[in-house]
Amino acid sequence: MFTIIFRILKFGVKGFRRNGWLSTATVAITTLALMVFVGLILFGVITRQAVVSIQDKIDISVYFKNNTSEDQILSIKQSLENLSEVKNVNYVSSDKALELFKNTHKNDQVISQAINELNANPFQASLSIKAQRPEQYATIARYLGAPNLSSFIDNVSYAKNQVVIDRLARIIENVNRVGFTLTLLLSLIAGLVVFNTIRLAIYSNREEIGIMRVVGASNALVRGPYMVEGTISGAIAAAASLIVMIPAVYFASPYLSVFIPGLELSRYFMGNLASLLGYQLVFGVGIGALSSFIAVRRYLKN
Amino acid sequence: MIAFQGVSKIYNHTSPALEDATFEVKQGEFVSLAGRSGAGKSTIIKLLIGEEKPSRGRIFFGQYEVNKLRSGELPHFRRHIGVVFQDFRLLPTKTAYENIAFALEVAGRTQREINELVPQVLDMVGLSDKGNNFPHELSGGEKQRVAIARAMIHRPEVIIADEPTGNLDPFHTAEIVKLLEKINELGTTVVLATHDKEIINDLERRVITLDRGRVIRDDEKGKYILV
Repeated sequence: MFTIIFRILKFGVKGFRRNGWLSTATVAITTLALMVFVGLILFGVITRQAVVSIQDKIDISVYFKNNTSEDQILSIKQSLENLSEVKNVNYVSSDKALELFKNTHKNDQVISQAINELNANPFQASLSIKAQRPEQYATIARYLGAPNLSSFIDNVSYAKNQVVIDRLARIIENVNRVGFTLTLLLSLIAGLVVFNTIRLAIYSNREEIGIMRVVGASNALVRGPYMVEGTISGAIAAAASLIVMIPAVYFASPYLSVFIPGLELSRYFMGNLASLLGYQLVFGVGIGALSSFIAVRRYLKN
Repeated sequence: MIAFQGVSKIYNHTSPALEDATFEVKQGEFVSLAGRSGAGKSTIIKLLIGEEKPSRGRIFFGQYEVNKLRSGELPHFRRHIGVVFQDFRLLPTKTAYENIAFALEVAGRTQREINELVPQVLDMVGLSDKGNNFPHELSGGEKQRVAIARAMIHRPEVIIADEPTGNLDPFHTAEIVKLLEKINELGTTVVLATHDKEIINDLERRVITLDRGRVIRDDEKGKYILV
């Protein structure tokens, strides 16, 4: 048993070396397929970050009538925070709103003067609410529309922004769905390309397989070395694909940060290099060994 | 030791490759299968090593009934046989030495045995100095001697040679036939398929003559006779 395993490994390694060109081609194709694979992982990271940064910008604000007391507003805030859909609620008092406004426009003489000439504070107290997921704003808006609350509320920004929020929610949902489908589809294509390459490589070895059979080699001894070769190809390709990706990621990372705030692709890439290599190895070695296993089967019949 | 009982192999119905072949080969015999190309020689050999299944009839080899072997049982069965082909069928990515050693490796023999036996057999076929050459670096006659070495190294009960001299010149042909006779003298049964009249006439051994898939003669000290 031990000798057989040792011989399978030995034949596999020797075969990989001596089939130089064929091995190189297989490694190259597998590398390309794995680059697609790692590209999909990075694409997922990018879209996730993009979605997060868009979601961060969406909120609805509730403006209260001037006669509403702070206690009442705080108790509404409390009740909103108890909703499962609500992620956080931020209270901005009318004084705070004025201060913020002044701060923003402190370099603009005309506005500053206009504000100072007013005796009363024109700003309303407000709550800005963030939902867990964008499609939940409708529910929150409905909650705010209840008769017991509506007497305090002057207006809710959701009504104005509803179209935009709904559209963003749909886009985000679609990006996620398309991303998932695309990942599945491209992984499948990459897998099939590798499978076919290995099948061709083994097809060109069909006579050798026939010879091994005639000499009395067991199925394991015929198949094993090809699976070892597939494993080696997959492992080399896994490492190669990441090495090729490193400069590409470094180059693209600053440009992506401009579009998507908070995204640092190169940091993500280097930080997760080990687990990425793990994925690549699982995928590369898996597809290499499995393809060899299946491709040899048809030549083991007689 | 080998027995064909009413064996037929039909690929298409207008001309069966082999029809109702019945014969026996005893241990230690040297039997030639004679006949033109397409007479059924190769079919008999393919059936005998289980590469094809007969359409009818039974084939025995020692304790095996070959026509009933499943594909998983074939490797083990084939270790009792050594086969030599017209086109040599050496593994191109292995050296002469490794090709010969391969027959022992598949049988699970130890490295020590391999290190000991391969040089002996290489010496016996006169290729001691070519062990590290790959098949494409060898001449036709040398390749066939490597093939014979591989076929005999695991001491099979039978050596089957399918037109082993078909690709060789007369000088190398004589050399190969001499080698087969030598192997037979050491006690191994030899089945030789050939259409070479001179080989058969020089051998003066048993000849089974085939024509269009039928056994038409079976002579103890045969000549190459075709009607």
